[in-house]
Parts: sequence; structure tokens; C-alpha cells
Amino acid sequence: MPTVYINDKPVEIGASERLNCIQAAQRAGVEIPHYCWHPALSVVASCRMCLVEIGDRKPDGTIAMQPKLFPGCQTPVKDGTVVITNSTKVRDAQKATLEYLLLNHPLDCPVCDQAGECYLQDYSYKYGRGYSRLQEPKNIKPDKDHIGEQITLFTDRCIMCTRCVRFTREISGTGELQVIHRGTHEEIDIFPGEPCNNKLAGNVVDLCPVGALCSKDFLYKQRVWWLKSKPSVCPGCSTGCSITIDQNDDVIYRLRPRFNPQAQGHFMCDDGRFGWKYVGSEQRLKSPAARGEGRLLGSTWEEVLPLLKAALTDAIRRAPKRFAAVISPWATVEEAYLLAKWLKAASPEVTLAMGPVRTEGEDDHYPKTVTGAPPAQVRFTIRAEKAPNRRGVELVLQHFQGEVLNFETFAGQLRQGQFDGLYLLNADPQQRFADDFVAACRKLRLLIVHDLLESPLSEQAHFVLAGGAWAEKDGTFVNHNGLAQAIFRTVRGPEDARPDGRIVWELTGRTGLFRAATVRQEVAGEIPAFAPLILGDLGDHGVSLGAASAVRETPALQPA
Amino acid sequence: MPKFKPVLLARVGKPDSALLSTYQRDGGYEALKKALSMPPDDVINVVKESGLRGRGGAGFPTGVKWTFLPKGHPGPIYLAVNADESEPGTFNNRILMEEDPHQILEGIAISCHAIRANTAYIYLRYEYGKSYRVLERAIEECYAAGIFGGNVLGTGFRLDVYLHRGAAAYICGEETGLIESLEGKRAWPRIKPPFPAIEGLFRKPTIVNNIETMACVTHILGRGAAWFKSIGVPADPANPRDAGSYGPKLYCLSGHVNRPGCYELPLGVTARELIEEHGGGVPHGRNVKAVVPGGISMGFLAAHELDIPLDFNGPGKAGCLGLGTAAVIVIDDATSMVDVLYNCCRFFSHESCGQCTPCREGTAWMTKILHRIRSGQGELRDLDLLLEVAGSMGIIPGTTICGLSDGAAWPVKNALQKFRPEFEAYIRERRSTLKPAEMWSAH
Repeated sequence: MPTVYINDKPVEIGASERLNCIQAAQRAGVEIPHYCWHPALSVVASCRMCLVEIGDRKPDGTIAMQPKLFPGCQTPVKDGTVVITNSTKVRDAQKATLEYLLLNHPLDCPVCDQAGECYLQDYSYKYGRGYSRLQEPKNIKPDKDHIGEQITLFTDRCIMCTRCVRFTREISGTGELQVIHRGTHEEIDIFPGEPCNNKLAGNVVDLCPVGALCSKDFLYKQRVWWLKSKPSVCPGCSTGCSITIDQNDDVIYRLRPRFNPQAQGHFMCDDGRFGWKYVGSEQRLKSPAARGEGRLLGSTWEEVLPLLKAALTDAIRRAPKRFAAVISPWATVEEAYLLAKWLKAASPEVTLAMGPVRTEGEDDHYPKTVTGAPPAQVRFTIRAEKAPNRRGVELVLQHFQGEVLNFETFAGQLRQGQFDGLYLLNADPQQRFADDFVAACRKLRLLIVHDLLESPLSEQAHFVLAGGAWAEKDGTFVNHNGLAQAIFRTVRGPEDARPDGRIVWELTGRTGLFRAATVRQEVAGEIPAFAPLILGDLGDHGVSLGAASAVRETPALQPA
Repeated sequence: MPKFKPVLLARVGKPDSALLSTYQRDGGYEALKKALSMPPDDVINVVKESGLRGRGGAGFPTGVKWTFLPKGHPGPIYLAVNADESEPGTFNNRILMEEDPHQILEGIAISCHAIRANTAYIYLRYEYGKSYRVLERAIEECYAAGIFGGNVLGTGFRLDVYLHRGAAAYICGEETGLIESLEGKRAWPRIKPPFPAIEGLFRKPTIVNNIETMACVTHILGRGAAWFKSIGVPADPANPRDAGSYGPKLYCLSGHVNRPGCYELPLGVTARELIEEHGGGVPHGRNVKAVVPGGISMGFLAAHELDIPLDFNGPGKAGCLGLGTAAVIVIDDATSMVDVLYNCCRFFSHESCGQCTPCREGTAWMTKILHRIRSGQGELRDLDLLLEVAGSMGIIPGTTICGLSDGAAWPVKNALQKFRPEFEAYIRERRSTLKPAEMWSAH
């Protein structure tokens, strides 16, 4: 195994691994400060923050050091490479670079959104000098609010790392951003009248190591040190981007992509990034309801759940073939499992159907090319299938029913009057059921709507269950590729709304508390396709279900 | 030393010297015929033997650079000719291009044959309008005469030469900046490796050579390597890394001299000889205070260092960065070195491409400090700060991608080392040489 020496500490790297000094040092637990280098972007070695001393350790143990400094990002390591990051020479270079970067920086940290998660702050504190020797006036550059619908540029805070420019050229392929002017007067800008509004534009805010590019949505909403973060998965489409939810006092303030090589890589799209606003919507169902004989029978969980259980048991006992449950692809594996298992235990003749799988257009691949041809190497995909867990729910349905009944077929059967009762678990905030479906539901003797938002269906339902948005519950999502990832309860729902898993858990009469990891282990033990999840913990990057997760082909899924 | 008979400038000033007909009458394109009759590797060997070192500034042996191309490469291989002559005080390329373009074009054709390139680009700085027109016409003449095109002089060798006009930036003279600019991008120098000879223009092997180097190639092939090696300063046997300084060189003499101009002399002439014998001395009976040996990025020679030979090694011995472009600028004793240095710093701050932090911010900061000193607000500690900033930038300490900031730092280092008492007196006496208009000048 090739061995690299970081500050005299030997680190073994893989024989075929191509690492630069920064990555090799990370293995050794040594931080090499850097700005312009990003693992997903090309190397430009222009910020000169990652300068290190490089040497070569000969087989006889002698070390030959190079006389000058090298940028760690540009220098690959090989067997015997010696990297020194803490010598006086390196420290002096780091100090000098930071002093240069701060020369024309406005130092407006008290009003800067990035303060608290700013690499200029962090590195200045760790590697910089305590004061600046600049006596002359700083350069003043105009702020650029027009740079995009979602992003704004505080030009004078920029350190010209050009990560944003490279992102729009290499990842989104849209190339809106550029460098204008020269030398110390350089600025990031757009081409006149061509703002940066591509669907990945929000990523430049995350990429910006300082407070230059800011999200208009998040601007001045919170100081970042008040935010509490939890890992999660974006529910916006079947890509299943790993994300971090930042919240304070049960209010989500922003979503950020979280690196996951198995899911999406480093980034996320703006549809997902800004697609969480429904969580705090006024239209949210805030409490459960049981209605009958034209009046409200109950509006607390304690009243509603026993009534619901009785009604359900009654309906299934009376005519199991005429009772159906629809489980949304926005439900977690655990919710689908608990509900499906209980209903099938009540009677194997109960029909289980897949909820409507929304699709929008076609899969959107990046980087975009000038000709519009598909990219040679896809760096990011926004999928047409706007549901986070179709595969997970399908696997559950397939296990309990043998085949997956898609929503369109089911809706046809419902319109023909094949059913008397329906449990509709819909967690998709954007799903609008067609009028004829709503009309058909009106004829049902028992309609249970388990949803997030008020809708024509929830108004006419006999039972309304106020469920939780994805950020309010624990569970598992399986993405398009069979990658199972865990989501976590990050915020509390409005008023009396409850996480769906807990509702189903209590409805099915299980004792104790709903715990996603426990149910996940149960699922893994029972359904072979989920066997890889047996540990219950899915780690940071999720667990791939592998070949076992292949779902039998179902007829083309269409929006209802 | 007997008076040197110009070779490169031999035809300059003659009537219609830029025309193909007069060039051929004077024996033009015979060297190309000779080269085409030789295998390419033999041509490279001739150039290597001649000891020709690049005339663009760095002085890298041309023949050796050519051998860095990958062997047996399927092509295309490109030749990029650097005519982005931007170093202050330098105008030798301009004279060659305006007065004797065929001499250069012949060198380009020979070089392309040697390195197996079928395409050559001439990257011309925008300001050289006349050069553009003259070269354009000369290239057309060559195509019409079958010297360029699909069948060079009937040998079946294909050669296309394109004249590309830059948008006027100093950084385009850096070879990888030039390549980026040729590709239509912002001229930000590339990180190396890979070097252009491996991966250059359009990601293909590329050789970048200066205009004057091309002219020299013509004469080396025409007159032989031995002739070229008979001129100049031989390699120092005590220094194995010295490649010698052979051949004639175009010295651009400007500044405070009576007869400024472009002088072709053997490498190794001293600054004193250049100023007194050729330039006719300093006007108004003044004395030399400082001499820029080869463009301002090379630093300064003080008055007592004028006897140092201006070859590839000489200026370095006096603490300068090198010979550079051999643009000798004379500064007389009535000039303030503070003003000279400010002017240098302002130039580099204006021309820094802004890619690497130390250069982008350092060059501008040094300019601001000198501006403050010139407005009478300087402090003695500013001089140490200037030295520290100058010492922290460049490819020599390893803090930048290209050499621009070495060039920006060198005049500061030299001036403060050789003329520090003048700077100290200037600051102590709170002098100010700021012109009223400069009071408000933005940096």
C-alpha cells in the first residue's frame, strides 16, 4: 500500500487512489485550509490558501524537500510523498494569503449571513494574523441583487475563488456566471440580462466559502448559530438527495445538500431546496376529525382513533373485498408496512393500491450542453418522478399482495363502484386528485383521508387524520436506485398533527412508542427485499437494497 | 570588438523590405528549402546545437523545448508564436514584424517542419495595428507563392498560419495565458503540469516561441549553428547549468538617452557600452542613476553595476531577475526612484490577471502604499512592509501560478535594496511628487 507522510504521520492510501494533498491530509486528520478547491469541481489552484511543503521520502529513509511551496489541491500524492502543513514557511504563507484576502474584504461579519459558517472567519481565526496592516482605503464594489431570482451577490465580500463560475460551467452547464474586469477590480457577474436562474443555481450559495453569494430566501432570517441541523432526504423527486434540514423553534429555515456519493453527490436542485414551504402552510390539517350523521363526532386523537378502528374493523368484516387502502409514494417504508400488514391481517381480501405517482416532464440531466444534446457525463439529475419512495412502497405492496396495483387502475375500479370503503394515505403536498375521483369518493360509505393539507377530499371524509410532513417524521425512503436512506423528525408539526408512523402504529393497536429503527428491523426481517436494513441504522449514506429490490414491472404510472 | 554587422535587422529600413519579392531577392526562403530537405529531427538538432535560447524573456533553450514534445504523437501539434510584446520598454518584435515579416514567417515554417506542426498561430497584441496589416499581407503573399498552404514549396508539407489579434493584456504574453486567450477564454494562466509541450492549445502538444526566436531560427538554418555559436558569450564551464548566451540580440534602448532605439548586438554587451557608444549618453549632461536591464519586471541595475554584461546570466549576478526581453531603460539622476517604482507597481497592478490571491491583492496593495508615500504620508516601516509583500508573491516562493508577480515583486526588491536611502529620505522629508491630477487617481 502506498504510504504518504503528513507532518511525519504515515497514512496509507489505496493503490489505485488518486488523492491530492488536501484529501490525503484529511485521512490523517490534518486540515489543509482551502477555498477554491472543491472535490466536485476542476482544480484551478488560484486561492493559494492550501500551500504546503512537499517532499519525497526515499526508500533509504532520507527525505528530499522541494525548496518552494506547492498548492495542496494541485499536487497529487504517491508512495513516499511527504507533506508538511505546519512549518513556519507554510504558516507564513497562510498568514500572507489571509491578509491579502482580507485587504479589500469589508469585514461586515455582524450583518453577514455567512458569519458563523464562514471559512474566511474560521481560517482567519486559525491561520491568520490578528490585525491588518492596510492603511489605505478598501476597494468598493457594487452589490448585485440582480444576479438571480434566488441568489444575491455581495461583491465586496467575494474572494474570487471562482467556485460559482466553475459550477455553472461544469455542473449545471448553463454558464451564467463569469469574472469581469481584471486584477483587484475583478468581480463575479452575469452576462447582461441573463440572470443565473437555472434549477441548480442555489448550489452556488453553498459553494461560496464566504458571504458573497447569499440565498434571498434565507437572507437575514436567522443567525446560523441558532440553527439546529439534522440529516434528512429531500422528498422532491426520486433522486433522493441527501440533505441537512436547518431549523429553529420548529421552523425550517433552509435545506442544504449533504454529500452522498451513493445518492446525488454534492448538490441538490432548487425545486427541492425551496420546496419545503408547505410544511408551515396555513392549509395544514391541524387536528384529526371523525364525522358522522352530519356532525363532528370527535376532534382529538383519543376520540378519533377508537372510532376509526371500530369503523375500519366493521367495514372490513362486512365486505373485505369492497375495502381498499391507497398508500402514497410519499409515505415511508415503515408507514406503508404497518398499515399494509394490519389491513392484510384483518383480511387478505382487502385491496392495497399504490398512491398516485406524480411525474413532471422528463428526467432533467445536467450539465446542459450548448446544442441541447444529452451530456456525455451526467453530473446531476432532477427526476421526473416527483415522489421520494415509490420503490419502497411498491416493495411493501408487492410483499403483501403479490402485485402492485397502480393508482390509475385502482381509480377506474373505484369509479365503477367496486369499493365501499377507502383508506387514503396521501402525504404528497402537491397531489390534486381529479374531480371524478373526488366525486367517486363521495359515494363511499367510509372514507378515511390521512393527509397533510386541507383538500376537497378531506372536507368530505368521514375520518380525517392530520399527518406529518417529511421533516416531522422518522422513517425510510428508497430512491430510484434502490438506496434506502433514513429521514429524521426535525421539527414538530402544527398543533395536533402527528407523524404518520405514530398514527398508524397506534391505530394498529401496537403498544409502546413508534420507533422507526425498530420497525425497520422488523421490515428487514419479514420482507426479503429489505433484508440489508437489518441493523436498523442506515448510516450517513444509506444502504443499497441491491438486486433484491428489483420491483416487478408495473404498467406505466400516470398522474391521476 | 569589431563593429557588429546586423543580421536580424539587416533589411530593416530598406525600401519595400516587407515584401516577399525583395525578401526572396535577398536570399529569403533558402533556409526553409534547406530545412525541408532535412528530416525534422535534424532541424531540431541544428537549433539545439546553436545554443539558441528563447528571446521572450525566460531564456529557455529553444531546441530543448522542442524535444519535450511527445514522440510519435499522431497530431495535431501546434506552434503558437508569441507576438504579444507587452513588457514595458520592449519593441524589438514590432520592428521585426513591421520591417521584415518574411524573416519571421520563414522561421515559423522551419519550426513547424521541425516540430511536425501543420498549424501555427501568431498571437499579436492588439495595439500593433501596423504589424497586423504587414503580417497579414505577408501571410497572403506566402499562400499565393505556395510557401504556406497544402504543399509547402512543392514538398507536400502542409502548413497553415493564422494571425490572431489579442485584446491587449500583458498576461497574454505568458505562454499558457496566451493559449487560453487563443482558445477564446479569459487569459488566466494554466496550472502546470501539464506543460504546453504535452498539453497546450486545444489540449494538444503546443510549442510557444517568441517572434525574435523565430527570426533567429531562420538565420541558424541559413548560416549554420556554428555561425550562431560564434557570437555572444560561451557557457561558463564552472557552471553546468549555464547554457551560454549565443547569437545576436535586439536590445531596445529607451529612457534618458540621446539616441534611443533598437540595437542589434552580440549577447553580452554591457549596459555602459550600450548607453555610451550606441545611445549617445544621457542627455542634459546628467548621469545614470539606474538602468532597467530587460523590461521593468527584471528589476534595476544601479549606476555602479553598468559593466555587467547583458547576457542571460549577467543581470542575475547583480540581483536582477534576468535578462528578460533586453529592453534597457535608462533612468537619469534627476528622476525620483519613488516615482519610478510607483509607475512599475501601477503597471503590474493594472495587468495582474487576478487569478492568484497574492498577485491580485499584493500588486494593488504595493501600489496603494507607494501612492501614500508619494503623497507625503509614508512611514519608514512601509518599506519593510513593501519588501515583505514583494517577498511573498511569485513562482519562486511558489505562491502564484505564473511569473507575473515575480516580475511585479522584483523592481520593488531591487529598488529598496539598491536605493533604500533615497526612499528613506523621501519619507523622512515628507516629500511629495504627486501631480495634482494623481491626487484623485483611483488604483
